Amino acid sequence: MKRVAQFAAVTAVAALALTACGSAPDDTPTTSAGATTTAAAESIDFKACMVSDAGGFDDKSFNESGIDGLKAAAKTLGIETATQESKTDSDFAPNIDNLVTQNCNIIVTVGYLLATATGDAAKANPGVDFAIVDSTAADADNNPIELDNVKPLSFDTAQAAYLAGYVAAGMTKTGTVATFGGIQIPSVTIFMDGFVDGVAKYNEDNATTVKVLGWDKAKQNGSFTGDFDDQSKGQQLTQTFIDAGADIIMPVAGPVGAGSLAAARDAKDVSVIWVDTDGAVSNPTYADIILTSVVKEIGASVEDAITTSSAGKFSADPYVGTLDNGGVSIAPFHDFDAKVPQELKDKVDQLRKDIISGSIVVESPSSP
Amino acid sequence: MSDQQPVPVDEAPTPRTPHKGHEPDAGGSRTAQMLRDVTTGNFGVTVLAFVLALVIGGLLIIAVNKDVITAAGYIFAKPGDFFAAAWSTVSDAYAAMFRGAVFNYEATTAAKALKPITETMTVATPLIIAALGVAVGFRAGMFNIGAQGQVIMGAAIGGYVGFAWQLPPVLHLLLALLGGVLAGGVWAGIAGFLRARTGAHEVIVTIMLNYVALYLVAFLLTTSAFTRAGSNQPKSPGVKATAQLPLLLGDQFRLNAGFLVAILAAVFVWWLMTRSTWGFRFRAVGSNPHAARTAGMAVSSSFVLVMVVSGALTGLAGAVQILGTERALTGGIAGSIGFDAITVALLGRSKPLGIFLAGLLYAGLNVGGRTMEGATGTPINIVLVIQSLVVLFIAAPPLIRAIFRLPVPNPALVKGVSA
Repeated sequence: MKRVAQFAAVTAVAALALTACGSAPDDTPTTSAGATTTAAAESIDFKACMVSDAGGFDDKSFNESGIDGLKAAAKTLGIETATQESKTDSDFAPNIDNLVTQNCNIIVTVGYLLATATGDAAKANPGVDFAIVDSTAADADNNPIELDNVKPLSFDTAQAAYLAGYVAAGMTKTGTVATFGGIQIPSVTIFMDGFVDGVAKYNEDNATTVKVLGWDKAKQNGSFTGDFDDQSKGQQLTQTFIDAGADIIMPVAGPVGAGSLAAARDAKDVSVIWVDTDGAVSNPTYADIILTSVVKEIGASVEDAITTSSAGKFSADPYVGTLDNGGVSIAPFHDFDAKVPQELKDKVDQLRKDIISGSIVVESPSSP
Repeated sequence: MSDQQPVPVDEAPTPRTPHKGHEPDAGGSRTAQMLRDVTTGNFGVTVLAFVLALVIGGLLIIAVNKDVITAAGYIFAKPGDFFAAAWSTVSDAYAAMFRGAVFNYEATTAAKALKPITETMTVATPLIIAALGVAVGFRAGMFNIGAQGQVIMGAAIGGYVGFAWQLPPVLHLLLALLGGVLAGGVWAGIAGFLRARTGAHEVIVTIMLNYVALYLVAFLLTTSAFTRAGSNQPKSPGVKATAQLPLLLGDQFRLNAGFLVAILAAVFVWWLMTRSTWGFRFRAVGSNPHAARTAGMAVSSSFVLVMVVSGALTGLAGAVQILGTERALTGGIAGSIGFDAITVALLGRSKPLGIFLAGLLYAGLNVGGRTMEGATGTPINIVLVIQSLVVLFIAAPPLIRAIFRLPVPNPALVKGVSA
C-alpha cells in the first residue's frame, strides 16, 4: 500500500513537472489559446439562453445546430449566454423557468416538444423574448398559439427535400430509392413528403417508375427507427432497404443516419442523402458516399433571432426557412459533382427557381 | 434515523442456510441475500457514500472547468491561481446547486426564494411513489426492474381517463388515478403471473415489458384517440381541469396534491409491510420462500400479489406525474422515473421513511443540478455522475461482502474503509 502511494506520488510529480511548466499570464491578460472569453469589439449587456430537448446539445443534429447559432451570436455580439440541457421531457418547464430566473433576455427553445412549456413561460414572463425551433408556442391542449413575445422558427424543408428526391430519382441505377425517419413527427416527415414528391415529379417528367421505399405520403405512414440515438437500428433498416434493391437512401434521423452511412459503406454502389447539415462537410470520411444533403439552417435562424432581439427589434413574426430565403437548401454534390449529369443539375436548378417563384408548390401536411 | 430502531425480524442478518432448492425461487439463495444486504444497510454508509460522491463530483467539476485547466498549465509559476480557481469553481457550483434545490438566497421575492424547495418536492413526488412500489418488491424478494414500463402505462391510462373522459370533478380525478393504479398493477402482474406459473424470471420479463410499454405508447400517440384533433404531433390533449391534481401553493408553484398522495402512499406501504397479514406474507416469502411454503403460505400467489401491489404503486406514480405535473401525454412522459425509482428505493433502504427522504435528496440533486448547469456552465452529466456514485458506494460494501462471502465486519471498520 505504502509503495503504491509512493509510486503514485512520484508519477504525479513527474506528470506535473512535464505538463505544468507553462508560464503564468501577466496581470494584463493576453488572449491565449485556452482562454474562452468571447472577445468582441464592444460587448452589450444582453443574455441569450437556450434549452435543448431530450436529445441534448451534442446530437449532431438540430440541438447542435441551435447551440452553434447561439455560440455564433455570442461571438459576434459579445453577449452573455446560458444553456440548459434537458434530459427528459419533464425538464422542459423547469429549465425554461431557471433561465428566466437568471435574467435571460431571450430564451431559445429547441423542438416542438417544448411548445407548451414555451407558451406557458412566455405568458408568465411577457418581458422576456422567446424563439422556438421547429414549432409555434402552444397552450396546455397543444393547440398552437400566437404570442407577442414568441418567434416561431420553422422550416419548409419539403422544398429542399423535393430537389433531393428529384436528384435521387435521376441518379438511381436500380430504380429504387428509400427514406426513413427517427420518430414520426412533422419536422421529420416533412423531409419524407418532399422527397417522395420529388421522385414522383421525376417519374412524371421522364416517364420512369422509380420507387420510394419507407414512406407513403398519402397514408402518412412509413419506416421509423423509433428514436434519434440508436445507430445500429439505422444500420439495420438501411440494410433492409439495400436488400430490397434501394441504392440511394435518405435517413431523417439525426445521428441515427450514421448507421446508414456504415451500411452504405459496406454495400456496393449505395449512396446516402444526408439531412440538416451538409453531410460531406460534417462527416468528411463518408464524403465519397454522400450524394448531397438537405440543409436546414437552424443555426443561422437562431443567430438572427438573437441578433434582432439584442438590437431591441424583436418581432414575433414567424420565420419560415425556404429555398427563397436560404433557410433550407440542397448542398453541393462535392465528390459526386462529376457523376451527376449536367442536364440533371440544370433541371434541379430550374425546379429551385420554379419553387421560389411559386409555379411549383411543394405541399406537405407538415408544412409550417 | 429509522434504522436505529430495533431491527424488524425480516431485516436481521439471517444466517445463510444451505439448501438444495429445485424451485426457481430467488429467496434464500445468494442473490436474495445480496439483495437484502444492499437494500438494508446502515445510515452511516449512506451519509458517507453521499459525501464521498460529492467530493469526487467536485474533482470532476474542477477537471472540466476551463479556468482551472488554464490555471493548471502554470501551476508551478502561480500555484495560488490554480487552487483559487479550483476552490471557486467547486464552491460556486455547489452553491448554485443549493440555490436551485433548497433556497434561493439571491432571490428578490419570497416566492422566488422558496420556489426551489417546492420544485424539489414536485420532482420527488413520482420518484417517491414509484420507489415505494419497487421497495415492496425488494422486501418480498422480487426485483421489479419494470417500474419504467409501469410508470408509462400508469401515465398513459391515467392520462387517457383524464383527457378523454367527461366527468364531474373529484370523481374524475379519482377515476384517473385508479386508471393509473390498475394499468400499473396489470402490467407488473403479467410478470408476477409468468413467474408463478412458469418460473420466468421477473427481472427479464419486466425489462422486456418496459420496451413493450414504451413503444406501445409511442404507437398510441400516432392514433387519433390519443392526439389532439388536427395535429399529427405525438402529444395528447391536455388533461381536463376536473382530473388535474390541484396545485397546493397557487399558480406560481408547480407543487401539487400529488405530494400528499406520495405521503399517503408512504404511510400505506408502512402499514402494509409492518401491520397487515399480506405484508407479513410478503416479507416471509422474501426472507425464505421454503420456510414460508412449509408454514403453509401460498408462495406462488404471493409472487403475483407482490408484483400487482408493486406495479399498482408505480402505475400511480405515472398517473400522478401526468395529472399533477405534466398534464399531457408524450412519449417521454416517464422520463427516467422508473429507473431512478430503483435507485431511490436502494438509497432509502426499502423503508417508507428512508424512501421519502431519499426521494427528496435525489430530486434535490436533479433540480439543483439544472441550476448548476445554467448558472455555472457545469455539465448536467456531472450531476448524473454524482447520483450514480452515491448508489455505487452504498451498494459496494455489502455487495463485496456478499460476493466474496466475507463475514459482516464490525461497524467501526466499515466506517474506516468507506472514509
